Amino acid sequence: MDKYFHSVTLDEGRCRGCTNCIKRCPTEAIRVRKSKARIINERCIDCGECIRICPYHAKKAISDPFESILSYKYRIAIPAPTLYGQFKSNYTRAHILSGLKGLGFNEVYEVARAAEIVSEATRRIIEEENFLRPLISSACPAVVRLIQVRFPNLIGNILKLESPMEVAAKIIKKEIINKNIAQPDDIGVFFITPCAAKVTSVKAPYEKARSAVDGVIAINDIFLKLTNAINSIKPDKSLEQAGFEGIRWASSGGESLALGSDKHLAVDGIHNVITILEEIEKDRLEDVDFVEALACVGGCLGGPLTVENAYVAKTRLKKHIDNAKKGHVAKHIPFDKYEEIIWTSDLKHRPIMKLDEDIAAAMRKLERMEKINMELPGLDCGACGAPSCRALAEDIVRGNADETDCIFKLRSKVRDLAMQMAELEAKMPPVMDRNMTNNEGDDRK
Amino acid sequence: MSDSIINLSYNIPANDFTFAGEASSNVKKMLSQLGINPMVIKRAAIAMYEAEINAVIHGGGGIADIQISPEKIFICIKDEGPGIPDVEVAMQEGYSTAPEYIREMGFGAGMGLPNIKRYADELQIDTEVGKGTTVKITININ
Ligand SMILES: Nc1ncnc2c1ncn2[C@@H]1O[C@H](COP(=O)(O)OP(=O)(O)OP(=O)(O)O)[C@@H](O)[C@H]1O
Ligand code: SF4
Ligand code: SF4
Ligand SMILES: [Mg+2]
Repeated sequence: MDKYFHSVTLDEGRCRGCTNCIKRCPTEAIRVRKSKARIINERCIDCGECIRICPYHAKKAISDPFESILSYKYRIAIPAPTLYGQFKSNYTRAHILSGLKGLGFNEVYEVARAAEIVSEATRRIIEEENFLRPLISSACPAVVRLIQVRFPNLIGNILKLESPMEVAAKIIKKEIINKNIAQPDDIGVFFITPCAAKVTSVKAPYEKARSAVDGVIAINDIFLKLTNAINSIKPDKSLEQAGFEGIRWASSGGESLALGSDKHLAVDGIHNVITILEEIEKDRLEDVDFVEALACVGGCLGGPLTVENAYVAKTRLKKHIDNAKKGHVAKHIPFDKYEEIIWTSDLKHRPIMKLDEDIAAAMRKLERMEKINMELPGLDCGACGAPSCRALAEDIVRGNADETDCIFKLRSKVRDLAMQMAELEAKMPPVMDRNMTNNEGDDRK
Repeated sequence: MSDSIINLSYNIPANDFTFAGEASSNVKKMLSQLGINPMVIKRAAIAMYEAEINAVIHGGGGIADIQISPEKIFICIKDEGPGIPDVEVAMQEGYSTAPEYIREMGFGAGMGLPNIKRYADELQIDTEVGKGTTVKITININ
């Protein structure tokens, strides 16, 4: 795998270099060069903000094509609960889950079920008081990556439990193998994803060496096929296994509500998340044990690869939540030790802002950067391809840009040059100079 | 060596909560660009933030002067406000004279000065009633 695998990528053909995306990026990871957006790989956290903002749909998320399921003999779909919110409310979960089977999956397992297991483990960790306050949810990989690059002091606060997606993949794989239904090599587990961040977390996991998920299919890739399949299949009620607690995870606040304490805070939208993380870093957040932070507005229902508007989807999800409340649902799958789902590797801080390895050199660069910044117009217009004047100053000291990339600087340089030229032009060679415009070398005075 | 010291200066406007914390957040950003240890950045950022907020709330605004060298971060927050009558008392956890409307904004827990003390390697408070307060904070980088 690439050193920095990213699901979020640019579709060159569509990009017009309009600079809309560069300002939205929470890590200042985008620059426009030669009329095309460029993503700085080390900085991108795959939050998908740029996918949402681009008016020309030039930012895309790489995920696995539906056909990739065919490379496995035994295919399992694990849908994010967000999927349920995408369909009209006359379709039950049984319809949707049966529809997935109709598409060619041998088995389905609801990620919402695994979410309940993660909730149970979280409750135990909080009960055992064995954590740094406040505990920060790791459900959203974009937020985890954000912490890794921008909030190194909060790495210790992250809830180091595998995500519901990973837990689901692990459980169902084990079950199929134990029941002797299929051989390990023949099993392919596919996550049906609302976002790019989850794709990246499968292709380049941070919490362990290798993901238990074999492929990731985007909700918006599978939606049409699935709608057709749902309409031509008889719903199998027995596939509905998850309770309302797990289904609720799709929406912001769902994970916190499952903890059964009011000492929690739920924040959604990556820029709001940054504000809250800053408060935590300042030790200013009191009386909060648990922080649920999701990169997308509205939570996963607002994921960049969904098809339905997040608010509409929320109303639809509510129906599924209520139905699950009424129906018979499996209570938490009991397990004694949550150790099984604790991360086996840890996050390492990646200082993306550092100007130089050597502090003295970094100081010289910072000083130069401040000086350059002072002389820039401070309009943050983006015409230079950087998200702000300050970012341009930073690019200049990093050797990636030039002062004249600023159109105002360029204009004043051109004006200076024009003036110099006019001055030069006015000068006459002494032999032709009747009006004595050129007094240099004239010693008569 | 004077060329390896960065000098920064900020105005701290009085009672203006839209700008409160801006200076310390700028300094924090710069410290991470210098690649300084995150824990050191945290200590400097919190100590400066608390002193800055105190200047906004209690001191009627002031000036922040910062010097960064490869060895240490020196922060000086100076105001010409009412001064602190008894520093020892003010340093106590939970002691605060912040009025109700300030408390409603989430300040006034009386934790600012104790936090500064906790995070600073050196702390000096010069204050005179009716004249003003100067808070000098040193954070060692290594
Ligand atoms: N710059 C200052 N000028 C005048 N008085 C001050 C100044 N800084 C602090 N004080 C006094 O010291 C008290 C304690 O300060 P401290 O920062 O510890 O708490 P606080 O500002 O009241 O609340 P918190 O910092 O928790 O929001 C203040 O309430 C105020 O009376
Ligand atoms: S996905 Fe997020 S971090 Fe990556 S380039 Fe887009 S806006 Fe920036
Ligand atoms: S909030 Fe949910 S959908 Fe959005 S990036 Fe995070 S995990 Fe993905
Ligand atoms: Mg204070």
